[in-house]
Amino acid sequence: MTDISQSGPVLAADGTPLKRSLSRALRMQKLRALMLIAPLLLFILVTFILPVADMLFRSVENRIVQDTLPRTVEALADWDPASGQLPEEAVFAAMAADLQIAAKEKTHTRVAKRLNYENPGVSSVFRKSGRKVGKWDLATDGPFREKLIEIDDGWGDVELWRTIKTYSGSFTSGYFLNAVDMQLGAEGPEIRPENERIYNTMLVRTMRMSLIITFSCILLGYPVAWILANLPARKANLLLILVLLPFWTSLLVRTSAWKILLQQQGVINDTLVWIGLVDDANRLVLINNELGTIIAMTHILLPFMILPMYSVMQTINPSYLRAAKSLGATDWTAFWRVYFPQTVPGIGAGSILVFILAVGYYITPALVGGTKGTFISNLIAYHISTSGNWGLGAALGAILLAVVLLLYWVYDKVVGIDNVKLG
Amino acid sequence: MADASNVDAFVEFERVQKSYDGENLVVKDLNLTMPKGEFLTMLGPSGSGKTTCLMMLAGFETATHGDIRLDGTSINNIPPHKRGIGMVFQNYALFPHMTIAENLSFPLEVRKMGKSEREEKVKRALDMVEMGAFGGRRPAQLSGGQQQRIALARALVFEPELVLMDEPLGALDKQLREKMQFEITHLAHRLGITVVYVTHDQTEALTMSDRVAVFDDGRIQQIAPPDQLYESPENSFVAQFIGENNTLEGTVKEINNGIALVQLDDGELIDCKPVNVSQPGERTRVSIRPERVEYNKDRLQAGVHTLKAEVLEFIYMGDIFRTRLRVAGNDEFIIKTRNAPDQVRLQPGQQIEIGWLPEDCRALDA
Repeated sequence: MTDISQSGPVLAADGTPLKRSLSRALRMQKLRALMLIAPLLLFILVTFILPVADMLFRSVENRIVQDTLPRTVEALADWDPASGQLPEEAVFAAMAADLQIAAKEKTHTRVAKRLNYENPGVSSVFRKSGRKVGKWDLATDGPFREKLIEIDDGWGDVELWRTIKTYSGSFTSGYFLNAVDMQLGAEGPEIRPENERIYNTMLVRTMRMSLIITFSCILLGYPVAWILANLPARKANLLLILVLLPFWTSLLVRTSAWKILLQQQGVINDTLVWIGLVDDANRLVLINNELGTIIAMTHILLPFMILPMYSVMQTINPSYLRAAKSLGATDWTAFWRVYFPQTVPGIGAGSILVFILAVGYYITPALVGGTKGTFISNLIAYHISTSGNWGLGAALGAILLAVVLLLYWVYDKVVGIDNVKLG
Repeated sequence: MADASNVDAFVEFERVQKSYDGENLVVKDLNLTMPKGEFLTMLGPSGSGKTTCLMMLAGFETATHGDIRLDGTSINNIPPHKRGIGMVFQNYALFPHMTIAENLSFPLEVRKMGKSEREEKVKRALDMVEMGAFGGRRPAQLSGGQQQRIALARALVFEPELVLMDEPLGALDKQLREKMQFEITHLAHRLGITVVYVTHDQTEALTMSDRVAVFDDGRIQQIAPPDQLYESPENSFVAQFIGENNTLEGTVKEINNGIALVQLDDGELIDCKPVNVSQPGERTRVSIRPERVEYNKDRLQAGVHTLKAEVLEFIYMGDIFRTRLRVAGNDEFIIKTRNAPDQVRLQPGQQIEIGWLPEDCRALDA
């Protein structure tokens, strides 16, 4: 028998410390539980976590310059871009040698593309030179400085060499700077000229519009959730199906429907003109702007707000309201002081869902947003699929993720994440 | 209208009816007057209309027909928050997002009371239910009994003259329930408030109330003080519903000098007090309380009719013996006897004769 009052760890019947024998007993259980979720875990790892990590890594990875132009990078090490002088002949010779190999392997266009992100115009210089350098004999055809400048006078530009030197490291902050409208200048990071700024505006617009959409969802969803929660179960289920109906319709169909409704010759404008509220010559612009995106996305995201609010409201016993009234509160006071505070967790859960979904939304803004109502995700998509600048796309994505996490943290501090209930 | 009502009446229901669906009446023609300071319990099975009556009084349901008056004024069209009636709910309905003190302060705040006055009243109310140290806690941190006290304090803190309680002790365990029964009655009498208490627990009704209104089928079957209700039920429903009761069925043979001779269905004759039978030939249900049945021949009055009985089961319950008999074809005839030193313990299979005083045996409606 073990004596509870004895000093030292409590022992199990066979003399081993109780803690150890308990953890041994639990190990099997844990292992079995782990095995059960292993397939899903593996699936998520391979199809989600690894690709995302890889994409995020691309936002700082920059080996391409070093790998394609190794001699040039080495030769440029001693050159000071601030001097304003072109590099020495040795650098040009190294570049000629690198280009020859790169052209043979057809990698010079890739590095050209990479450098073109930072210094537009570099691409054509590289492409033009690549073809001709291949025919040179490196041992006898020097000096290469004049020959290269002869092919394209871009080689005579100090900026080009500065760009190559700046982006010769294995890692770069260039994509991230680019994503916040900055660039690596001669004296470190600097703000881009005003006409080249776009990403900050987009990020701020995305946040602002997502907030507006979230608040519209709260305003529209709250009464609906309230009605659902207070109807008898049979009617509530019927209405709930109506709320869920949009989930069973294609997103594209719903968004296209909004196009038909909102356009200038659309149903809403026609009706308003017919009633006489709007002059035929001044039809309302409801689509291809911010308003269009807000209307369509509020509609699409509304169920994500209604469902958590509904499930929280369902748990609120109606006797609270009765109690408040019996204690002398008017209908409004009873609602505001007693009912509403209890629904805040539902509003919180719905808001987080809607906001995070909205911030990353892509299809609807692309279809109804025009130029003024697009989100940062549309730019990310553009860089990933059209311009091919994956590094910038990845940097934008990483920033978006960071901002969402930051907001989540702020939300936790202000509202408290324990206060979020999905039901 | 005030002059038409009883001068002493504080709460009055006059010909009140209530229907939810327009087809069935949940409350049928309810008439009830309560003087100030009375503790009245509405007792009845579920669906008997007692809670509906309470909700109509509180203002959460409207009467389909009839008049409900409080202190002489009709309150049919007064919204609940202006009635000034305290209410204790079955699940307590303490606001979970407020502390105990905030819960109690709520009715005072909505009455625009000053801060210092509020604090003083909250403190006094908490002390009254011996929960003074719990003001800063949340309802979820309290036990069921403590929540019950807080709910009571909250219903009393704004000093209403009428307090309604809707099965407030239903969720408590037996011991706590009994303790709270006494506390609530003492508090109510000390404060002099009028209480309408709804329950389906007849022990609760008997121990707590000045008067009990027994509800069934949307009507008050009997309204009387507890002892009268138990000893002189006016119909079979009340007799069955309140306390334990033995029933024998038969036909009235004759009624003489306030004693009815009833022939049971197996031919035996017994003496009863006619309650709602008036002439020979009527079918009747005879009701006898188990503790009023006597089987010791020495204690039986001479000349009374006795019945043969067979002992089926003897249960020792400590303070009493509970014996199940077969009497006149009824296998569920129960008698209760006190566990006294001279008491005979009956054996199953034993044949005995039982009898009772005619006034303890009530001939009720069939």
